[in-house]
Amino acid sequence: MHIVVCMKQVPDSAQIRVHPVTNTIMRQGVPTIINPYDLFAIEEALRLRDTFGGEVTVLTMGPPSAEDSLRKALSFGVDRAVLLTDRFFAGADTLATTYALATALRKIGAEFGPPDIVFTGKQTIDGDTAQVGPGVAKRLGLIQLTYVSRINSVDTDKRLIEVERRAEGGVQQLQSRLPCLITILEGVNEIRVGSLMDALKAARATLIKWSAQDAGVEDITKCGLRGSPTIVKKVFAPQPRAQKAELIELGDNPGDALIDALFQRQPKLEGELEKLARGY
Amino acid sequence: MSDATKAPAASGRAATKKALPEHLKSYKHVWVFVEQERGQAHPVSWELLGAGRVLADKLGVDLAAVVVGAKNEQTQNVVHEAFCYGADLAYLVADDLLKDYRNESYTKALTDLVNAYKPEILLLGATTLGRDLAGSVATTLLTGLTADCTELDVDAEGSLAATRPTFGGSLLCTIFTLNYRPQMATVRPRVMPMPERVEKLVGRVIEHPLGLVEDDIVTKVLAFLPDRESSKSNLAFADVVVAGGLGLGSPENFQLIRQLASVLGAEYGCSRPLVQKGWVSSDRQIGQTGKTIRPKLYIAAGISGAIQHRVGVEGADYILAINTDKNAPIFDFAHLGVISDAVRLLPSLTEAFSKRLSPHQRDRLAS
Repeated sequence: MHIVVCMKQVPDSAQIRVHPVTNTIMRQGVPTIINPYDLFAIEEALRLRDTFGGEVTVLTMGPPSAEDSLRKALSFGVDRAVLLTDRFFAGADTLATTYALATALRKIGAEFGPPDIVFTGKQTIDGDTAQVGPGVAKRLGLIQLTYVSRINSVDTDKRLIEVERRAEGGVQQLQSRLPCLITILEGVNEIRVGSLMDALKAARATLIKWSAQDAGVEDITKCGLRGSPTIVKKVFAPQPRAQKAELIELGDNPGDALIDALFQRQPKLEGELEKLARGY
Repeated sequence: MSDATKAPAASGRAATKKALPEHLKSYKHVWVFVEQERGQAHPVSWELLGAGRVLADKLGVDLAAVVVGAKNEQTQNVVHEAFCYGADLAYLVADDLLKDYRNESYTKALTDLVNAYKPEILLLGATTLGRDLAGSVATTLLTGLTADCTELDVDAEGSLAATRPTFGGSLLCTIFTLNYRPQMATVRPRVMPMPERVEKLVGRVIEHPLGLVEDDIVTKVLAFLPDRESSKSNLAFADVVVAGGLGLGSPENFQLIRQLASVLGAEYGCSRPLVQKGWVSSDRQIGQTGKTIRPKLYIAAGISGAIQHRVGVEGADYILAINTDKNAPIFDFAHLGVISDAVRLLPSLTEAFSKRLSPHQRDRLAS
């Protein structure tokens, strides 16, 4: 079984600060990490490989420094890492990103065997779009299974897969066919601690680095900023609330004092809360 | 959508706006995809009809609802509701193959409609269904898609300006799709106000065939397991929400949040770290990667109020924050604050509420 995981190196959003004057992200000193949602995809891929045998390849598009995250993935026990890096890819929106990734996935298929499953995380924590997975699936003509919370079975002979998919208001049990693209839901597994052997291998491994040309990109105008139909026209920081919270002291009877303070400021709440408590 | 990391680079190109290519000039009108799962319309669809109404009026065009579903009375009801929430007309693909949401069949239905009737703007809810579908449709049409928007407008030239948070809400960016049609956006639920429902007759409905047979669709739905009522979190729609964060100190103390919520008839939630620690299940998470809430009252106990949390609760009418750290960011956007240890204050607050709201509530506390 050949499984490919598309992953992304992202700035750790918890540590992001916005420059108050220029409204740009201050990147200095902000550590980069594997997009946390992608870790669930990597672990799920490794589990399938452990069960069915085969190989796991990780693919990322990004600057040369994304090598760090690929090595991290190798340390979990991934077999092969491909870095798609080229200045032509810079400034890509989701449509241009899916063009580049789909092209690289075709090349991976040609060189290392066609993937049976392509995994992605649910979304990234920097872009938050959740659209690259579906876009890649569409471009490659793969069946798309998003928000998968559980893989119930894989039949490699019959080329069938059964999954549970988080839908609005319930869970869909789906049967579909390989090859497919799965975006995996967070929290479905926990990324393993790689073995010492894998850590050593990861440090020494030679990454596969492809430029647009290496990956087989035929139309460079479909990549990066030029290939992006969307345009970011304005970037701005959210407006801070003019007023900070009114801080109050509560005496000996803090519960009642707090409720008094609350109802004094929001008289309507008293009636609303009473209604709600009664109706419950 | 464009990645905001590249925003400064993009601004140069944005200035060179070209005239819309000739073949795209026929794209007219604002469409809202009305999301329904098994005959149940998702409220975000009505919110979108409200937002779409504003855009359509500014552009002087029609607002159309797109309904895709099984050929039955429930689907007809959804069409009727769409008119009551402000649609001028509706496009309908009704086929029993569309009973359950499946990417393949729904993508075909929506893509075919777009190609046949050419809308200039197409809006969907940023739900699991909407995001699954929008990505496929936009890639098929090779057009731009802006994900998870929180604000929509049209500029002086009639282009859709879609604003969305990025980097976990630290920044907002406004994104355009200038030379492609339709301009697509998914919109976060519970952000746009719910329009008033006005009883109306069903207006003009344009039906379009699906053009598939079951054998054409690879994916089969074996079962649909609805969320159990008891475990279903109704956070997004609750009038009162009580949530706890790391300040609670231990998983056992989360019980204090549940008790207060129970007395208030409220929903309970938590900040992201509690989910990461495994104290609370992820469907209770409030914030950027969790639920967006819009209650009348939000009580945040032991939550510091990082930006990721803030973006999920800013729609609350009134925020009461309890935290030991007077410099916690939660006090920057809460309305009322108490500098106190939530673990000590909550029991007293719960007891006081239970006495005041209705005496029999005390029994529930005891159980």
